[in-house]
Amino acid sequence: MKAFLILEDGTVFSGKSIGATHDVISEIVFNTSMTGYLEVLTDPSYAGQAVVMTYPLIGNYGVCYEDMESLQAWPDGYIVREISRRPSNFRSEDSIETFLKNQNIPGISGVDTRALTKILREKGTMNGMITTNEDYNLEQVLEQMKLYQVTKVVEKVTVKEKRTYLPGELGTEKVTPVKKVAMMDFGSKNNIIRSLLQRGCEVTVYPALTKAEDILEMNPDGIMLTNGPGDPSECVSIIEEIKKLYESDTPIFAICLGHQLMALANGAKTEKMKYGHRGANHPVKDLSTGKVYISSQNHGYVVIDGSIDKNVAETLFINVNDRTVEGLRYLGKNVFTVQFHPEACAGPVDSNFLFDAFMNMMEVVKDA
Amino acid sequence: MPRREDIKKVLVIGSGPIIIGQAAEFDYAGTQACRSLKEEGVEVVLVNSNPATIMTDKEIADKVYIEPLTVDCLKEVISKEMPDSVLPTLGGQAALNLAMELEESGFLKEKNVRLIGTTSLTIKKAEDRLEFKNTMEKIHEPIAASTVVNTVEAAVEFAEQINYPVVVRPAYTLGGSGGGIAESKEELIEICTNGLRLSRVGQCLIERCIAGWKEIEYEVMRDGNGTCITVCNMENIDPVGVHTGDSIVVAPSQTLADKEYQMLRTSALNIITELEITGGCNVQYALHPDTFEYCVIEVNPRVSRSSALASKATGYPIAKVAAKIALGYTLDEIPNAITGKTYASFEPALDYVVVKIPRLPFDKFIKASRTLTTQMKATGEVMSICTNFEGALMKALRSLEQHIDSLETGEYNGFSNDEILEQLAVIDDRRIFVIAEAIRRSISYDVIYDITKIDKWFIDKLAILVEMEQQLKTQPLTIELLEEAKRLEFPDKVIGTYTGKSEEEVKELRYSNGITKAFKMVDTCAAEFAASTPYYYGCFGSMNEVEETNAKKKVLVLGSGPIRIGQGIEFDYCSVHSVWALSQNGYETIIVNNNPETVSTDFDIADKLYFEPLTAEDVENIVRLEKPDGAVVQFGGQTAIKLTEALLKMGVTILGTSAENVDAAEDRELFDAILEECCIPRPAGKTVFTTEEALKAANELGYPVLVRPSYVLGGQGMQIAISDADVVEFMKIINRQVQEHPILVDKYLMGKEVEVDAVCDGEDILIPGIMEHVERAGIHSGDSISVYPTQNISEKTIRVIEDYTRKLANSLHVIGLINIQFIVYQEEVYVIEVNPRSSRTVPYISKVTGIPIVDLASKVILGEKIKNLGYTPGLQPKSKYIAIKMPVFSFEKIRGADISLGPEMKSTGECLGIAENFNDALYKAFLGSGVNLPKHKKMILTVKDSDKLDAVEVGRRFKALGYDIFATKSTARVLNDNGVFAIPINKIEQETPTLMDLLLEHQIDLVIDTPSNGVGKSNDGFLIRRMSIETGVTCLTSLDTANALLTSLESRREGQLEVIDIAQVK
Repeated sequence: MKAFLILEDGTVFSGKSIGATHDVISEIVFNTSMTGYLEVLTDPSYAGQAVVMTYPLIGNYGVCYEDMESLQAWPDGYIVREISRRPSNFRSEDSIETFLKNQNIPGISGVDTRALTKILREKGTMNGMITTNEDYNLEQVLEQMKLYQVTKVVEKVTVKEKRTYLPGELGTEKVTPVKKVAMMDFGSKNNIIRSLLQRGCEVTVYPALTKAEDILEMNPDGIMLTNGPGDPSECVSIIEEIKKLYESDTPIFAICLGHQLMALANGAKTEKMKYGHRGANHPVKDLSTGKVYISSQNHGYVVIDGSIDKNVAETLFINVNDRTVEGLRYLGKNVFTVQFHPEACAGPVDSNFLFDAFMNMMEVVKDA
Repeated sequence: MPRREDIKKVLVIGSGPIIIGQAAEFDYAGTQACRSLKEEGVEVVLVNSNPATIMTDKEIADKVYIEPLTVDCLKEVISKEMPDSVLPTLGGQAALNLAMELEESGFLKEKNVRLIGTTSLTIKKAEDRLEFKNTMEKIHEPIAASTVVNTVEAAVEFAEQINYPVVVRPAYTLGGSGGGIAESKEELIEICTNGLRLSRVGQCLIERCIAGWKEIEYEVMRDGNGTCITVCNMENIDPVGVHTGDSIVVAPSQTLADKEYQMLRTSALNIITELEITGGCNVQYALHPDTFEYCVIEVNPRVSRSSALASKATGYPIAKVAAKIALGYTLDEIPNAITGKTYASFEPALDYVVVKIPRLPFDKFIKASRTLTTQMKATGEVMSICTNFEGALMKALRSLEQHIDSLETGEYNGFSNDEILEQLAVIDDRRIFVIAEAIRRSISYDVIYDITKIDKWFIDKLAILVEMEQQLKTQPLTIELLEEAKRLEFPDKVIGTYTGKSEEEVKELRYSNGITKAFKMVDTCAAEFAASTPYYYGCFGSMNEVEETNAKKKVLVLGSGPIRIGQGIEFDYCSVHSVWALSQNGYETIIVNNNPETVSTDFDIADKLYFEPLTAEDVENIVRLEKPDGAVVQFGGQTAIKLTEALLKMGVTILGTSAENVDAAEDRELFDAILEECCIPRPAGKTVFTTEEALKAANELGYPVLVRPSYVLGGQGMQIAISDADVVEFMKIINRQVQEHPILVDKYLMGKEVEVDAVCDGEDILIPGIMEHVERAGIHSGDSISVYPTQNISEKTIRVIEDYTRKLANSLHVIGLINIQFIVYQEEVYVIEVNPRSSRTVPYISKVTGIPIVDLASKVILGEKIKNLGYTPGLQPKSKYIAIKMPVFSFEKIRGADISLGPEMKSTGECLGIAENFNDALYKAFLGSGVNLPKHKKMILTVKDSDKLDAVEVGRRFKALGYDIFATKSTARVLNDNGVFAIPINKIEQETPTLMDLLLEHQIDLVIDTPSNGVGKSNDGFLIRRMSIETGVTCLTSLDTANALLTSLESRREGQLEVIDIAQVK
């Protein structure tokens, strides 16, 4: 079946329909990872967006369900150049095409994804529509499209109820927990939880709208603020709760959206980037050592450099390419936050020592 | 960290002559790195024995020493130049080994010179077997269990511990001789017994067999601050068991999930960190296809063939960055030259697929075993880029120029299904075609996988191509089908064949339906950032992104494709110099080439680079888009010349010598007419088509005769026939491929061979110098030792040669380069070959005379005159130096190849010996080529009957040098009869002890075996030559070469050789 991708600027790409066949309007973003398409599809931070994969061959190694980063796929749509007709990998249980169907995600293949990416790069992230209707009315569709906004997505992706994970779950080794971590779930990837479990943490995951008091009540050794989708400045009530967590002096480690929310809670400002950072090859520089790590990233918003009081926080990491803020350390607090994804999945694990740093921080605070 | 200010003068070690396993990639890396160093204001001193390289140009380095790559020569250069640092990571294994020796001898310390880019400790940890094993164990990186044994018992004991199958590798044997995979105790005993006997040191390595696992490579960079990145990973389609240089390789990996990809990436980063490498490093892995288990196969702490491939596949200039790191920069301080916006501290993201296919030399060595093993055999490679795997594979296949442009060769039509299954188990260069045939016969993926262990993802891709063949054959050619066939990169010609249409009709159908090729950019970042470097590849079904340029006149320069015997790195040298000269003259330059190992495909050589196959259709796609004002074909070897006609048809002006005149030089009748007009003699000859005609011609001319096809490279298929039987046999071999052109039969004259390269502007000629061959006619010019200036040619003859060259250049209306080969026979000069184009000797003669003839030729092509370029026309005065070009062979790598020299070229590379006198130059040339005779002073001499008397003198001279001579009975008799004591020894086919036993005692320094011509060549001689090569003994097959070696040995005085900075030669 034919399918079309119509962009807000009027560009139309035609291709073949994959996955579900219903129409969808979404924000179109591109990801440059060459592997890890399933991890990308199941990353809750893509809620409200349709993802273009710049790597042209998708689905080569099929679907290995254990690699899912959450229980379902989140993007509204999926745009690729080519879907592998016969996946091959010893762990593969399914094809990506079937997966998309089962997850009810419409997609389009056969798109010149490079040409599409160049448009997004030049004009910035924009809305678009995937449709299988050959008789679409362009004007009408463009009008409809303009109205679309990514909104209230954290509420959509967060867990509905609190849940506690113990070491031994998610394929980790069963050990006696050494630390209790409270995790505010804004759309967490499994590997954040797994990274903590592997280090012997008992992890209690809270819905995004949980009150700070309820979290502090369990007296956690540390608090983890996760990644998540959408515009951080929209999360007004969550930011209020984060302020309280910050004041509690409990060690806090935050990733991605969590990092942005913590900054907002401390008076910083965020802005939408032209086309964001999405991929597995982003260099971040540790300003204290000068060492550069290759990181996995997925964000469309960023903390504006210099918008946070120098006496409150200092920049810990910057992006080597565009010099944007990639991490903050809060002065006089046991709080550090990063914009990138130390939990990787997909992508390099170079910065997973940050979880060790979080463990140390909890240890030091406990001893003190 | 900013650049270290204490590095001001750096010695860069090159990799020496091109041999199998160490080829043009080091010229690419070295050139890039030298330019990178010079950009930083560093004074570069370069040592490399290979004159055909670009890195040995005075434009690339400040001081250039084309000297043998030996410790002594390097010490001499260091003492003379006093560099503060040595950079050894750009010249392959050869350079690393030399650096280790220099360091360990304490010489560097004594001279206050430091190694940069690596340390001796790093080299040791990566290269020394035991240290490597310990290092990997320390960081918990698994390697395949192995041990070195001296006895069969120890081998069996170890194998019982690690379980069968095991791999046996005899130490110090070349070409994988004597090794193998043992599935059982019985097999191990057999293989190991033989292996221990073959090994010079009586040792074998016994290793766990991981054949059949996936082979994956990572290219990693690390800076002095500990930042590590991976540039690229690559997956070998051929599983472990085939050397990666002989494998079809795809980048990035296709069948690895993120988990496996990151697992190996992390391992590679751990390894480079532990080895404390500052620069680039290649790590090879074996990955179990059904688990997460892996083994580290090898680590190369330097730039390599794979790093060249990774650079071209991603656009990330590894050698350039490695050089900057060596100067102290950190990765985040080095700008990404492609984007200009990002930095070297990021990992390239690809939005296309890259396929590399090796170029194997079995067309040259038709009797050699085609089996692919862990010993590399490829002389070169091609790379292609496409948005899908199938297209990339199809493009790479036709880039090989092996008369194959689809997966259907027809070779297996007559095979039964059982025979196909048998063929599937054979691991050679044809396997991919066998798999395609198996798919055609509906043999299941499971069966194919079980036999080949090639991942089913790749098998399926081949199936998609086979299905397209079937569709084209059976269905009407609809626009949709045509579009899909083009997306999969089926050439118009192939589509035409399958659909019963002509190539033209298919092309018309495409154009009238707007099915044209689009060109996309290689930008390192999958379009995330705007890039400015114009490095393009073509694909169908996409939007074009090449921007139109019209500011300057445009010239298309066609490259020379993969490195193969007969068409080597010299032509890349010529293409690159031509681009530079054209550019200097204000032209926009566009280069088309498909060889990832070369300088010409570096992204900043031409104004635009199209990484595309060099076929008429592929070039036409570029021409339609770029509309060049002209094309230059005379620098890209036969590959470019072959495209002349097609370019004319496209309406492209050929700059320089016209196509008709190129033809006139190749067409026997036209050429004869020109010779007659000029009153220039040539050996009598005839053109024939059939065997009957050939026999008639041969008998009229009288034996011996030369038989060869026209329009070929490096004398391919050329043979000396001494009888009717030979003619019949050779014609059969030549006619294996359909001949479009007639076959030539010439009278064979055994005279002195002389070669000339010249530039002609249509009026005047410039001859930089005349070269004389040491070996008499009958040995291909590329395999002969070449001497400049001539030593044994009279002044009168030189004038005749100059005169003939002028006449020929004028008659052929040459504008640009011309290469002529003459025979001087009984004081008479004969022309044997004229090539109105660049030749193998162009870089050599340019360097030793200091006359940049490619540059001059390029300017002449644009309309300039020699007189206005600062030169007096005619033969130039002799240089004060004698320069000798020595051929270098890679016979030890090709099992079963006959090493005897003849009219067909067999050498893979060359080195130079330059000195103020002939003997020193000759000594250096032998030294550089690796002929370094050990101390046993025992040799074997066995010659054909016609050489027997000459052999007496050779024997006498070796005797005088203190050699014991063993000789076959007939040779021994002649020697002894003439007062040269020789010990007679049995031939191999006779009873023991024979020559073979003698060789296996590992006491022989040298074998001289001159084979008789014709098909009646003795099998015995072949075995002796092979065995000497495989046990590492120098073997000469011409008495002329032997005499030259003697001269060099006799004149060798004690004391240092003077090293010469060739950049100063004028």
